[in-house]
Amino acid sequence: MKIKHFLATSALTAGLALAASAQASEITVVSWGGAYTKSQVEAYHKPWVEKTGNKIVSEDYNGGIAEIKAQVEAGNVTWDIVDVELSDAIRACDEGLLETIDHSILPAGADGTPATEDFLEGTLHDCAVANIAWSSVYVFDKTKFDVGPTTIADLFDLEKFPGKRGFRKNPKVTLEFALMADGVPAADVYEVLATPEGIDRAFAKLDTIKDQVVWWEAGAQPPQLLADGEVAMTTAWNGRVFNAIAGEDKPFEIVWDGQIWDLDLWVLPKGSENKEAALDFLVFSTETEQLANQASYIPYGPARKSSNALVGKYYQKDIDMAPHMPTADANLKNAVQNDFEFWADNSDQLNERFNAWLAN
Amino acid sequence: MQDSSTTTPETLVTADGVPLKQKLIQSTRRARLRALLLTLPLVIFIIVSFMIPIGQMLFRSLHNDTASSVVPNFAIAIQDWDEQGLPPEETIKLFVLDLQEARKKREIGKTVGNLATRINYEIPGSRSLFTSSARKLARVTEGPYTEALLDINKKWDDPVLWRSLKRATNDITPYFYLSALDLKYDDEGNIIEADELYQIYVSNFVKTVRLSATITLICLVLAFPVSYLLSTLPLKTSNLLMILVLLPFWTSLLVRTTAWIAILQTEGIINDILVFIGLVGEDGRVQMIYNQTGTIIAMVHILLPFMILPLFSVMKTIPPSYMRAASSMGAKTFTAFRRVYFPLTLPGIAAGTLLVFILAIGYYITPALVGGEDGLLISNLIAYHIQKSLNWSLGAALGTLLLAIVLILYWLYNKIVGIEKLSFG
Amino acid sequence: MTKLQTGYIIFAVLTALVLLLTGSISVTIGFVFLFGTPLFFMKPLPAYSTHLNYFNKYIFLLACTFIFVFLITPILIIMPLSFNAEPYFTFTEGMLSFDPAAYSFRWYQDIFFNGMIDPAATGAAWWSDMWNNAQWVRSTRNSFFIAICSTLLATGLGTLAALGLSRAEMPYRAAITSLLISPMIVPLVITATGMFFFYSDVGLAKTYLGVILAHTTLGIPFVIITVTATLSGFDRSLIRAAENLGADGWTTFRKVIMPLILPGMISGALFAFITSFDEVVAVLFIADVEQRTIPRQMFSGIREQISPTILAVATVMVILSIILLGVLELLRRRTERLRGLTPA
Repeated sequence: MKIKHFLATSALTAGLALAASAQASEITVVSWGGAYTKSQVEAYHKPWVEKTGNKIVSEDYNGGIAEIKAQVEAGNVTWDIVDVELSDAIRACDEGLLETIDHSILPAGADGTPATEDFLEGTLHDCAVANIAWSSVYVFDKTKFDVGPTTIADLFDLEKFPGKRGFRKNPKVTLEFALMADGVPAADVYEVLATPEGIDRAFAKLDTIKDQVVWWEAGAQPPQLLADGEVAMTTAWNGRVFNAIAGEDKPFEIVWDGQIWDLDLWVLPKGSENKEAALDFLVFSTETEQLANQASYIPYGPARKSSNALVGKYYQKDIDMAPHMPTADANLKNAVQNDFEFWADNSDQLNERFNAWLAN
Repeated sequence: MQDSSTTTPETLVTADGVPLKQKLIQSTRRARLRALLLTLPLVIFIIVSFMIPIGQMLFRSLHNDTASSVVPNFAIAIQDWDEQGLPPEETIKLFVLDLQEARKKREIGKTVGNLATRINYEIPGSRSLFTSSARKLARVTEGPYTEALLDINKKWDDPVLWRSLKRATNDITPYFYLSALDLKYDDEGNIIEADELYQIYVSNFVKTVRLSATITLICLVLAFPVSYLLSTLPLKTSNLLMILVLLPFWTSLLVRTTAWIAILQTEGIINDILVFIGLVGEDGRVQMIYNQTGTIIAMVHILLPFMILPLFSVMKTIPPSYMRAASSMGAKTFTAFRRVYFPLTLPGIAAGTLLVFILAIGYYITPALVGGEDGLLISNLIAYHIQKSLNWSLGAALGTLLLAIVLILYWLYNKIVGIEKLSFG
Repeated sequence: MTKLQTGYIIFAVLTALVLLLTGSISVTIGFVFLFGTPLFFMKPLPAYSTHLNYFNKYIFLLACTFIFVFLITPILIIMPLSFNAEPYFTFTEGMLSFDPAAYSFRWYQDIFFNGMIDPAATGAAWWSDMWNNAQWVRSTRNSFFIAICSTLLATGLGTLAALGLSRAEMPYRAAITSLLISPMIVPLVITATGMFFFYSDVGLAKTYLGVILAHTTLGIPFVIITVTATLSGFDRSLIRAAENLGADGWTTFRKVIMPLILPGMISGALFAFITSFDEVVAVLFIADVEQRTIPRQMFSGIREQISPTILAVATVMVILSIILLGVLELLRRRTERLRGLTPA
């Protein structure tokens, strides 16, 4: 009797699951870890799992396309969907490592705008669909200064604002900051950086603070460095800093002047066995509601215009999220969008120069 | 069985009538075969899991067929080009058709993006030229192709670009070794030194060797008195003290590196003590980690047991009476040490220094974690190219050069000290 | 007054001076420990020794004390720090004044909680969640699985080869030995790079099998060295005796050779095990997140966020290796007793 009942229930469940998607499957979703992955788990993973009955294994990584390349070339793809930076998405797509994505499967926004118009300009690519815009900013420890820094130039001003600086050990973003601090208008940064003189100028600016710099590599490090008192100010990803401020009550403050914003996109490594389910997850997670939801866990700007109107408060406290987005008007006064093409062209060369510069 | 048949008269035969000599040869051969067969599984295993990977790495550092597989027809045609001006229309037509084909097929490892990446190593900035041109070329269906290409982007008018393309179509290329030695091709295709601001590898090789030598020397200086003490103490005491050497030896490398971070960081224990006893102020905390100092301290700690153990096992065999004899014949303590004791410890020193040096030169983990910007060694750059920049060929070339350095040192060592003197205790 | 007693008096005067000058008890204790230990171990030297001889001997012992302290401090320091109630790597005020509130087991709990979906659950659900999802638990399982598999492979293949190598008839012995030892000589980063390329090509990268094969390769030299060392002292007439008595090859191996070379096999296997258990470079290159081992987990932990959880794991590992060392020492003494040798 019991067994019969059990069999019937399982058959029913299985049937339902079958109906929900082709079959109940398990996909591996790879992202950047920490507060960011947490926001995705809450806003994307949980509702999707509930809706489809599929399972999600969530993995963390540190960016780059090495893993994807190794998996795809070996024909052993275990990552089904990966959250990558724009320049990496473009390069991986160019090298044929990713599935192409037909944009017509993306549903219209909640307000009825077709997807191709609803998504912000530059967020849809052949192999990638953006979910958020994030930003590299700099933060300082309020307890260290009576009057805090306000401009990007202050980040490089050791006389007015003494103390160690934290920078990402990567020429990307660092060189842009240096040029802007040296007086290059945000709009001209990449034009200047494309010339040998511009590169020299950026490195010369970095030379002025080199012996005061602590270099970080993973996104979780800058808040840690600030909290430990290792640095007085540091470049960081805005979401992580916000979570340290709002979630852990740290005395940090973000300076938006000279921010460099970029996109994070979903990509599907070529040859995954769970392509259908992964694609379904991609479509689901980039719907208006889910994108808006994610923004209540971490202040990263949704890629859909229709989501922006729905962005609410921080999930733990009574804080409006909209003013903390990199895409908020007040924060965009002096801002640059990361130029993926420039970095695709020059990252080999500039990394070499940067490493050589570091070593000397 | 070695004393086989030399003294045996020819006429002797075994019970079944075969001459003894022949029988013995047979059985020796069988014994040799049996011995060989016993080692065979492992030999095959090592060849497959170790020698082939290393060999393949050597191959990869010289061989890069990206260009010839992305634009196969062009690769053949371009060989006839005299490198003056632009290649002929016919060749450029093949180039365009090949690119269109590659873009359509999107085969892994044979895409326009792969070719773009390859050329971008030599001519920074050409990556987007290739990918965007290929996108626009999709619409071009008829000639003249040269004009179409130049219409899309004027940069195609540059013979330097085509020369670099022609070079890249050779599957066997010294290019990655040139990069690894801070050399490059100039616009005319001659080999010249890379711009000083971009030179990184040669100086890093030098730094790696220098740092490894420093670490080896420090290890030797520290290990010598300790090993001497251990070898002269009664067994019970020395066994107890030996635990102080073996415990770090057995403790995970990561654990020890973590411990050094806790000790050396600016808010760490040493700085706390220095502040506490007033040697430095709260603001004057010393930076001891995330630089070369930290790398050296942590690596010496990790490698010290590898020096102590062989030294100890050699010193253990030196009878104390030798030193006493030297003293009784009038040698001062130092002379006795220099002329009698020290030479006897040479095999241990040799083994220890070789071991520590080879381990140090290929070290990756500790510099990666506590090296900061000036403590990075060549192995970190290799890992960087394998895992981050994805310039696998350059990573392989650097790896091959490092392997060559190790083998040369090994060979020198064998010449000077003799490998048979090695004793790992 | 003997020369040694002069030393004691000088030391007492110096200690008093330190106490007066710094006025700190803890500094004085540190001074007494560092500079007193060598004095404590000083024995009277031969009668003809001068003051200088005594002084030199003291300096020598002092240097040794410093080196031993250097060797062992990092291992000891992490233990108290792992009980830190704060998420920092430093001794807090509370810890130094032995305030119980400054100590906690939270990082030990975190070993289990980190990665768990619902650490608050109870009963079987908690256990299955912990077993399947806790990151450190998963890495521990991976570490043991990979280490045990590669140890078995390395010991099996290595012993077989060592048996062949130690035969008098072995041809090309030197060449084959150096081939088999070569994984130990080639820098790890090169081996890992080569394996990464090759294993990617044949589809072994990102698989358990790939990691196991890599670790087997790295462990083999140790097995070869230890087993051939045991075999070199092996009385070959025992084999002939066994064969004379009618034993076939397998029986001879099982009943005669095996028991005698077992210590060599065990220590070789132990080395192979530790090599795999502690290895992270090859894992970094060829393993996926799925095959994460303990050292790999620690590596990303140190890079990304230095949490005292790493120290807690480290402490557990140090204690395990102390136990292992103790067991080994006991085993060694037992063998020596069996052989009729007693430690002097």
